[in-house]
Amino acid sequence: MKRAVTTFVLAAMVGLGAAVGASVASAQTLNTVKTRGILNCGSNGTLAGFGLPDAQGNWTGLDADFCRALAAAIFDDPNKVKFVPLTAKDRFTALQSGDVDVLSRNTTWTASRDSSLGLNFGAVTYYDGQGFMVRKALKLNSALELNDAAICVQQGTTTELNLADYFRANKMKLKTVTFASANEALRAYDTGRCDAYTTDASALYAERMRLAKSDDHIVLPEIISKEPLGPAVRQGDDQWFDIVRWTHYAMLTAEELSITKANVDEQLKSTFPDVKRLLGTEGNYGEQFGLTKDWAYRIIKHVGNYAEVFEKNVGQGSPMKIDRGANALWTTKGGLQYAPPIR
Amino acid sequence: MADPATASLPVGAAYIRREPVPARPPPLLVSGPLAWLRRNFFASVPDTLLTILGAVILYWIIPPIVDFLLLDATWTGADREACLATPERPEVGACWPFVRDRFAYFIYGSYPIPERWRVDAFFALLAAGIFWMLWLDAPARGLGAVYFFIVLPIVSVFLLSGAPSLGLAKVDTALWGGLMVTVVVATVGIVVSLPIGIALALGRRSKMPLVRLLCVIFIEFVRGVPLITVLFMASVMLPLFVPETYSPDKLVRALVGVALFSSAYMAEVVRAGLQAIPRGQYEAATALALGYWRGMGLVILPQALRITIPNIVNSYIALFKDTTLVFVVGIFDFLRAIEVARIDPKWATPVTSTTGYAFAAIFYFVVCYAMSRYATGVERRLAAGARRGVV
Repeated sequence: MKRAVTTFVLAAMVGLGAAVGASVASAQTLNTVKTRGILNCGSNGTLAGFGLPDAQGNWTGLDADFCRALAAAIFDDPNKVKFVPLTAKDRFTALQSGDVDVLSRNTTWTASRDSSLGLNFGAVTYYDGQGFMVRKALKLNSALELNDAAICVQQGTTTELNLADYFRANKMKLKTVTFASANEALRAYDTGRCDAYTTDASALYAERMRLAKSDDHIVLPEIISKEPLGPAVRQGDDQWFDIVRWTHYAMLTAEELSITKANVDEQLKSTFPDVKRLLGTEGNYGEQFGLTKDWAYRIIKHVGNYAEVFEKNVGQGSPMKIDRGANALWTTKGGLQYAPPIR
Repeated sequence: MADPATASLPVGAAYIRREPVPARPPPLLVSGPLAWLRRNFFASVPDTLLTILGAVILYWIIPPIVDFLLLDATWTGADREACLATPERPEVGACWPFVRDRFAYFIYGSYPIPERWRVDAFFALLAAGIFWMLWLDAPARGLGAVYFFIVLPIVSVFLLSGAPSLGLAKVDTALWGGLMVTVVVATVGIVVSLPIGIALALGRRSKMPLVRLLCVIFIEFVRGVPLITVLFMASVMLPLFVPETYSPDKLVRALVGVALFSSAYMAEVVRAGLQAIPRGQYEAATALALGYWRGMGLVILPQALRITIPNIVNSYIALFKDTTLVFVVGIFDFLRAIEVARIDPKWATPVTSTTGYAFAAIFYFVVCYAMSRYATGVERRLAAGARRGVV
């Protein structure tokens, strides 16, 4: 008994050391996942458009579909994903301890998370940023006209800090009304306590639908902070990191080449070299990642290209109707989504 | 004229009444509804003021609730459009189609749809077991206990998480959710905490110093930390201590946390009962040549548990509501399922959240009130036995 206790305490200290040092390198994530036969995906579960179970209990959203794409690339089966709902607090520990293989939970890529938390961010699947919602009746066109306006914001968030920074930088007078929860802040805005409500732009669209008269409100064009959201993995396993990153790039490349879920089988016959390299009819790029030749074909066949996933979850095919904006392809529409070439 | 009382009277004594005067009705202020009102509501000036205050508060609270839940409520619809205010319908109450649409999710969470009959079977088996245990005149209650405490848990594990050898596909606990998780967590907590609690309570009153010390340490340690901390430690810290392959399932971790936590509280409840038993009972048990275990089992515990029934049920009610805390470790219990559903943009309206929470409140109230009524019934029954001196 005593020995068991000692072992436990020792294990505890080692564990804590690992958490603080944050370098739990398990170089064989791909093998672990393959042996287990299922991908453990850390997800949100409470964010519309990104990770949320629907009425049947199926996970929907951009982040959830990313994990499906990853599973499709590995297993040729998008359903071999176990979604592990994580709170903002325990998400990083879950990744570090190996509870999940990839964290696809609207996590902002920051310097400190990349360095001291021992994470690697594979790609940016959604460029988010903080925005403002105001009443149409105020006839505002820009956030710069918000001088001296009362702004509803959730307490103790980076949102609150960004707001202060933005107003100070533009020498405007700030009048914030803070609330403990986003729900209260929104309700206060709806009842007229404030002129504007601020939070991440992706959430603004979903929250607008909660207002009594959602058509009376608009989201201003200014985005005052950078919130690049993307899947994160543990440091120390470059192969796994590459797989996660290129899963996103494969979806972008497919959009660039107009390969969709519907026409991907037809495209297998294409003679266009970029298409052949992506779909694996030429070269063995997938095998170099430790996957199969047709890894990208599997992703597109089962999940679709980036545009399809975007429109279905947050874009025109969803109730949120968010514009592509910064998330458009750089190559065609001058957005920020840009995939390095597959060759 | 056979009445002997009148027959013996002298003839002509006509002033003697032959029939009693009919009783006059009591004054209105002594009996009748008015008197009842006066006695119960307006007996004195402070009473009257309190009555008026109460009436005003009820007037403030009741009509808006009825309006929201029933009169202004939306009953049919396919999506959020049905529950939005329009110029013709400025006041929108509860959005019940949202609850109906998401009802299956509230019950089963993400449990695979073709396998959901297994959850139904579990609910049915559990209900049968509870009924068998709670119905005091049920036949073969000994067998019922064996069923409830031994057969049911084993069958439930196979039924819910699956047994490939029996043709039941494995269902990962990450897919469990909604009411079934609440029921599983609460049942495990309730079933496990009583025996462990009794053992700990006896241990704490034991004459063996080591046993006593261990029990005291356990009870005081667990009572000294909040449940949320226990759950958080179990879910976040434990995986760091043990290798991934040995790391127990997330739901199991939460179950163990909840069970240990409620056991510590149960131990103190039972100990209070043990201390209330007069010393004479212990001595009487010893005088009858009953050893420690038989004395406890036959004389002390039956009395101690009876007087602690209100407190035990109190703990159970608290435990049932505490199960909502498992959401901090990412398990979607009933309340969390509702919270998740209200985020769905398909149903995003100003009333969706309120409707969801109102539904949760009604559910928790019904369950907890049922527990409390049952306990009252049992108490009354046992009290009747004590009055007759039949203990």
